[in-house]
Amino acid sequence: MTTATESVSAGSARTARYVIYGLLGLFAAVYLLPFLVMLITSLKPLEEIRSGNMLALPADPTLDAWVKAWSGACIGVTCDGIRGYFWNSIKMVVPAVAISTILGALNGYVLTKWRFPGHTLVFGLMLFACFIPFQAVLIPMARVLGQIGLSNSTAGLVLVHVVYGLGFTTLFFRNYYEAFPDELIKAAQMDGAGFFRIFWRILLPSSGPIIVVTVIYQFTNIWNDFLFGVSFASGENAPMTVALNNLVSSSTGVKEYNVDMAAAVYAALPTLIVYIVAGRYFVRGLMAGAVKG
Amino acid sequence: MAFLELRNLSKSIGGIHILKGIDITLDKGGFLVLVGPSGCGKSTLLNTVAGLTPVTKGEIVIDGEVVNDLHPSKRDIAMVFQSYALYPNMTVEGNIAFALEMRGVPRAEREEAVRATAKLLQIEHLLKRRPSQLSGGQRQRVAMGRALVRKPRVFLFDEPLSNLDAKLRVEMRAEIKRLHRDTGATIVYVTHDQIEAMTMATKIAVLKEGVVQQVGTPGEIYSAPANLFVADFMGSPAMNLLEGRVVANGAGRKIELSGEGSDPVRVALPPTRGALDEGRQVILGIRPEAITDRGLTDPDAKVVDTIHSVVDIVEPTGSDTYVVSQLAGKEITARVRSDATAEPGQPFAFVLNMDKAVLFDPETTERIV
Repeated sequence: MTTATESVSAGSARTARYVIYGLLGLFAAVYLLPFLVMLITSLKPLEEIRSGNMLALPADPTLDAWVKAWSGACIGVTCDGIRGYFWNSIKMVVPAVAISTILGALNGYVLTKWRFPGHTLVFGLMLFACFIPFQAVLIPMARVLGQIGLSNSTAGLVLVHVVYGLGFTTLFFRNYYEAFPDELIKAAQMDGAGFFRIFWRILLPSSGPIIVVTVIYQFTNIWNDFLFGVSFASGENAPMTVALNNLVSSSTGVKEYNVDMAAAVYAALPTLIVYIVAGRYFVRGLMAGAVKG
Repeated sequence: MAFLELRNLSKSIGGIHILKGIDITLDKGGFLVLVGPSGCGKSTLLNTVAGLTPVTKGEIVIDGEVVNDLHPSKRDIAMVFQSYALYPNMTVEGNIAFALEMRGVPRAEREEAVRATAKLLQIEHLLKRRPSQLSGGQRQRVAMGRALVRKPRVFLFDEPLSNLDAKLRVEMRAEIKRLHRDTGATIVYVTHDQIEAMTMATKIAVLKEGVVQQVGTPGEIYSAPANLFVADFMGSPAMNLLEGRVVANGAGRKIELSGEGSDPVRVALPPTRGALDEGRQVILGIRPEAITDRGLTDPDAKVVDTIHSVVDIVEPTGSDTYVVSQLAGKEITARVRSDATAEPGQPFAFVLNMDKAVLFDPETTERIV
């Protein structure tokens, strides 16, 4: 690496740096701009929004819109804000992510370390699940949920997201465990550890990066899901995304952009926090599969 | 009665016969080395003893008990893997204690056992570290500690030294041997390195394509190989193998070595091989150290023959010098004193110690007794 850099003259190397950072800055701005607009709009009073520039910073920042969006905005006929729906989403996303991640890890463990005849076929079918479009399963899923008595409930949504997420989580863990040395499993067997003990004591403690990847992936997908939410849970039980849509489309009279934006920031906050907390592990986990050791 | 018995062990995977009727016994406290080229089934054999691979046919008996259907953890054996297989998430202490923990040994007892094992292997200062913070030799020690702490009936080693550099390998070799002597453990050891086999074993089994070629002490394997394969595989540089024919020579017999494009050379017959028919085709096997210069000739040798041949290549190793030459059109390697005056292109008087030579049947490749 150093020899390559030395062979290029210092001047052109610096120019290349400027170009690289310039481009990176530009793309970062493109991605961040909508969020910035959301944020500053949510902090402005309504008159300022109507009169001013969209990109201008708030002259008189206020959190009124945030308070209203949380606890006072009207969604449909009730005017309790989005907080109930926010908790709906939390109640859906936490168990759904946890269950699909644990099951994915178990599947990956079995598919790599306890191989059985036809394991490739089973894995192939699970992979297939990743490619089925959401729309294709809506009607059969609705029927199944109805028959097992989980329609229009958070538990039903959890089930749907677990089933749909299993293909992905299994794929992640299988590929990660594929590179995990079989000899370790053999050694643990000889040491007297059983199926679950090996999983719990040997495999899971070494799975940090891939757990982070799976959790971020699942959390983002499930939190942001709109289609399943709008199809299988309505009214009181709707998740955040559906409520946000209802809030924006059901406002009567004056359109309260600041309240809409504040609600949208609330909706984006959890995924943002997950990325900030675990993001660096995310990249590390993605790399772990590619470069061994 | 033997402590470990393998009776007619066979293993097929997908119609391919990996092991074909293996019969080996080992006494308590013995050190059995399974040696052979890669793909000969030696690692599979070890895995069947460990219980990690089920056998297709045959019995594995440990201390009089058939263990075929026992789970690996119930066989009371420990294994050291080629990659060491240390649990990356645990400290050295945790690694060594894991098997005891799985067996429900109380904490105090466990700690005592770990301490004693660490002391034996001189890894006490490493107990709090993780495997990733250890060097190759240290990992090797920890892997052995993990096996030792359980005090199992049989230790299995699967090419444990192949990941170490040459110097460390020699050190660890001596260490394993010392460990064997001090603990009196029964060991089955797999390697493809015939020097490891020779130096450590009390008993060697040479395998080829899933068939045992010969079982014996290192001395037997080396000086009386059962067939051409064993003769060629064991020993470095390899045994010289020369085609020839038994001919009459006055009242006695000699071997006429014949090669293409060169004159036949007659050498003396190895002793106690009087019953060979005249005209019988044989392959003469003679180790490099049995072809020397005059100064290094064994004074006790009964049958000695001297042959003059032109030196081709001289390879000094420091302690000895290997001299490559032609004999009846075939390349031979001789081991002479380092100060012998062998020069490429010059003739040299090679002294053949025929006491140490063996004859093989070219048809069956078996040794002619």
